[in-house]
Amino acid sequence: MESASTYFSGFNINDLLYLGEAALRTLWISFWAISIGSFIGIFLGLALSISRVIAYTLGAVLDVFRSVPLIIQLVLFFNFAPIIGLRLNPFEAGLIVLIVYTSAYVANVARGGIEAVGDPMRRAARSLGMTYWQDLRYVVWPIGLRAVFPAWVGVALGVLKDSALVSILGYIELLKASQILMTRTQEAILILSIAGAFYFALSYPISYYATRLEQRWSE
Amino acid sequence: MDYNFHWRPVFKSLPDLLESALLTLEVAILSMILGILFGLALSLIRIKMTGPLKWFAVSWIELARNTPALLQLFFFGFGLGAFGIHFSPFLIVLLGLTFNNSGYLAENFRGGFNSIPETQIRASLSLGMNSFQTYTRIIIPQVLRVVYHPMTNQMVWAVLMSSLGMLVGFRELSGETQFFASKTYRIFEYFAATAIIYYVIVKIILGLSRLMASRLFKY
Repeated sequence: MESASTYFSGFNINDLLYLGEAALRTLWISFWAISIGSFIGIFLGLALSISRVIAYTLGAVLDVFRSVPLIIQLVLFFNFAPIIGLRLNPFEAGLIVLIVYTSAYVANVARGGIEAVGDPMRRAARSLGMTYWQDLRYVVWPIGLRAVFPAWVGVALGVLKDSALVSILGYIELLKASQILMTRTQEAILILSIAGAFYFALSYPISYYATRLEQRWSE
Repeated sequence: MDYNFHWRPVFKSLPDLLESALLTLEVAILSMILGILFGLALSLIRIKMTGPLKWFAVSWIELARNTPALLQLFFFGFGLGAFGIHFSPFLIVLLGLTFNNSGYLAENFRGGFNSIPETQIRASLSLGMNSFQTYTRIIIPQVLRVVYHPMTNQMVWAVLMSSLGMLVGFRELSGETQFFASKTYRIFEYFAATAIIYYVIVKIILGLSRLMASRLFKY
């Protein structure tokens, strides 16, 4: 007669390493999602600010990604990809969805930044003989960045936390790893606390630093 | 592309999906109401008090803001089992969302309260108002103006986050969708329909909030 303890084994040091490794994977997928998503998002934001027609059409498309839960987007894309003949592993599918999701948010932030600079300032830059790109690079970028940097950090941290949802596709990041460990060790509260501590350690320093930076800039 | 779309089962179960959408709305609205109450309390504690109570409020706010919502749901769902506390799926989602909303709303409220200069309180007190009148007639109307837009956003977030209920066995819109999807294997079709329903819900909320804003902020 076997007892239940045969099937479950307690939490040990290797599991902590396993969680640490999974935290790195969370960081990895969010790093790429935030970098690529922000890069695309800035250009989308630029497109949004150029003309009213683009703002309405492209804006409506981007709006969809902000109005549908990420978890639905993930399931939808993961099941849609094979239909059109794409073979994606959970990491690739999750990353693509996260990139689109990030860029939809960053587009709005970037547009806010560009609008914060204002037309008179940009006209002044052009009158001084700057080209369109010089105006963007040396006038709009530094001023706009200051205006929306906190909002961008908010988006980036949101993506870091939302990357937890990629676990439903089977990518073993921090939350999926803790689910696996919970099943084995039956020590839910301990493992969830450790996973929470990892997320907190990733997210809090950035948010703290951003708040400090914002305060310094506003002085 | 050799995939045949079958939309008929989706149309057949549309009434069920819409009914579960009401459950989504219910949990989102309840968590918002509770979140506003707790958020108000937390922000006032954080501004006015010192000692352990402030420490408690700050850790609530920072934990809610720096860990994934799904982790918070798991904590209420599985973590508290260690203390012999077991909630129904509805309560897990409600408590998880309330915890999350309170943290975010508390920071919004704090920003709102900080935007009112101290001199206004002194002015209204010297006009002979008591502190209750000061708050209800001078402070709150102005704070409401500042926090109204973030509050609307939080409401949208609450609806989107409630989709996580799917992962803790709550049959709101997403959970119901998953139930039907696994029953019929029409995963893509069902989740596409659900995405549309979420989009419509979000648009209705934003429209109503704009309508309410035009009534509330006439002055």
